Amino acid sequence: MLMSRILEDKLASLYRAGRLVGGVYLGKGQEAYSAALGCQLTKGKDILGTFIRDQAARIAWGEPLLDAFRTYFGSVLGPMRGRDGNVHRGRPKEGLPAMISHIGSMTGVVAGMLFARRLQGRLGDAVGVVTIGEGGTSTGAFHEGLNLAAVEKLPLIMAITNNQFSYSTANSRQFACENLIDRAKGYGVDGYTVDGTDLVECLRVVSTAVRRAREGHGPQMIVASLLRLSGHGEHDDASYIPDAMKQSSVGRDCMVVAEQRLIAEGWGTAAEVESWRAECRSAIEKTMAQVTKEPAPDPFKESWRALSTPELAEGMWLE
Amino acid sequence: MSLTYLEAIREAQYEALRKNPNVFLYGQDIGGFGGAFKATKNLQNEFPGRVFDAPISEDAMVGMAIGAAIEGAHPILEMQFADFSSVGFNQVVNQAATLYWRTNTPCPITIRLPSGGTAGSGPFHSQSMEAIYAHYPGLVILTPATVEDAYWMLLDSVECQDPVIFCEHKFLYYHLKSESFGNRELPIGKARIARPGRHATVVTYSAMLHESIRAAEELQADGYQVEVVDLRSVKPIDTDTILASVARTGRLLCVGEAFPWGGVTAEVLARVATEAFHLLDAPPQRLNSKDTPIPYHPNLWKAHRPTVASITDALRRLLRD
Ligand SMILES: Cc1ncc(C[n+]2csc(CCOP(=O)(O)OP(=O)(O)O)c2C)c(N)n1
Repeated sequence: MLMSRILEDKLASLYRAGRLVGGVYLGKGQEAYSAALGCQLTKGKDILGTFIRDQAARIAWGEPLLDAFRTYFGSVLGPMRGRDGNVHRGRPKEGLPAMISHIGSMTGVVAGMLFARRLQGRLGDAVGVVTIGEGGTSTGAFHEGLNLAAVEKLPLIMAITNNQFSYSTANSRQFACENLIDRAKGYGVDGYTVDGTDLVECLRVVSTAVRRAREGHGPQMIVASLLRLSGHGEHDDASYIPDAMKQSSVGRDCMVVAEQRLIAEGWGTAAEVESWRAECRSAIEKTMAQVTKEPAPDPFKESWRALSTPELAEGMWLE
Repeated sequence: MSLTYLEAIREAQYEALRKNPNVFLYGQDIGGFGGAFKATKNLQNEFPGRVFDAPISEDAMVGMAIGAAIEGAHPILEMQFADFSSVGFNQVVNQAATLYWRTNTPCPITIRLPSGGTAGSGPFHSQSMEAIYAHYPGLVILTPATVEDAYWMLLDSVECQDPVIFCEHKFLYYHLKSESFGNRELPIGKARIARPGRHATVVTYSAMLHESIRAAEELQADGYQVEVVDLRSVKPIDTDTILASVARTGRLLCVGEAFPWGGVTAEVLARVATEAFHLLDAPPQRLNSKDTPIPYHPNLWKAHRPTVASITDALRRLLRD
């Protein structure tokens, strides 16, 4: 989570300096929960279906920093080769499907990956995590996907982050139930709530849900409450978030909470945390220095072909 | 023995399941019930654990098929009616169609769309969706018009590593019969001269092939030999075969059952106009359904879609020019 925060601060400053094209969407304030999800998963075995604020989960799962920088900078050596950018990246064959923008639509995809593995007899005790915001729970895709996963009793963890706002829309305009977790019963899945600002609590709850899924108890739904500590994207000043909410317990910064706890419990010292920060910064600078030297995509070298079967592409008639 | 178009679809799925252990079938009511049209009759018994009933969740069904394809499976999805695929549209055009291009991961899925009009089916059980899907890069759109093509092209779809939208025509399900499935003669993307001629070319596909052939037969009495080209695949379109036919005849009518704005017929005319304007002896023509939703009552339905009579009229006008 430390790496995620430092990386995202870097991305924010690159955005402000005009060095990144397109949008920048950050997970500041969500790192504890996100990292807890990622570190419960094993790369090469489990599936991580991300949303836009999962930098910490990606790192904890094992996505290399290189993939992040290469996608932001559009390097041809990256997994998306300049064809898609920023958080729209992944390596589907390795268990990290590359999210499309349409909210909710990764649910069915992760369900299908688990379904196929079970069909092929190689699911083992692997699980798939799907992350989504509270706003995303209003989509049909979320409902259809979770219901399908529940009908199939798939080991899917539906990790909802209630960060109080969907872009600028407050929860009162997003859903009418008292607490989103009440929906778990309606889907016939186990439900958990957690204080998303508290790393230790996140680890406890997420590990329980992941274990239950591994043990064959079907989909698990978690709702973590916290506050988004940035704009929706870096273009957004989030002036619609009331100060009182920022001051309240939901507005705590999970990084500060985790660091204080760590030091109070004697799990580490302030000096150690500082040295971890320095390590993160140097890894980030090194990666960025490498990526900024890499070739950008060249329209003359692009295949301009959307099908994997060359004979079926008919671009020449359409240009 | 005679085999129907619907039996061809069932038998092709049987064969796909038999040959390829990665194939599975997913769709509403397709298990024990055998599907709304019985296109999967008995398959669940014959292939236990590989034919699944789906919830009424077209979005999640397509999403799950994409996920399964990532893991090396080849799902065949049945949409109960092509019309309902609109609910899964997002997953088809934004997820399936972009997967290979974005991530270099092929997306081998086949989505069967029971398409087109039959009398009494009304606005929401009659649609032809091929043009909508063809608009998006990253999809292959097949529109078989014969029993043989229904069989072989469905098997071709399951061999294809790209997402295939398989538009099978409900009107042909029971009407169309053949003695056998024949042989695999043409690959995906190749059109077929269904009826040779030299005075005019009709380019068409799916159920309209049969109406067009009948129209061509009527005109034979007047001494006209009309060539009929069956596109078979609307994406890719076999432009070469179309142009070669127009080069022979100098006259083009393109017939489709779908709505008239844009679409396959407009695409064919655009290609002929841009590539072969100099070969045309008369302005190219097209004929589609009317620009309203598809009506329920047979009297209205028959007048909404192109018919032998309206195709014959259009051809007479074309030949007079
Ligand atoms: C289907 C769809 N509609 C709209 C959008 C535009 N959009 C992107 S993020 C977002 C807000 C999402 O809110 P939430 O799900 O609560 O997640 P958060 O951003 O708060 O983490 C919206 C409306 C989208 N990406 N997909």
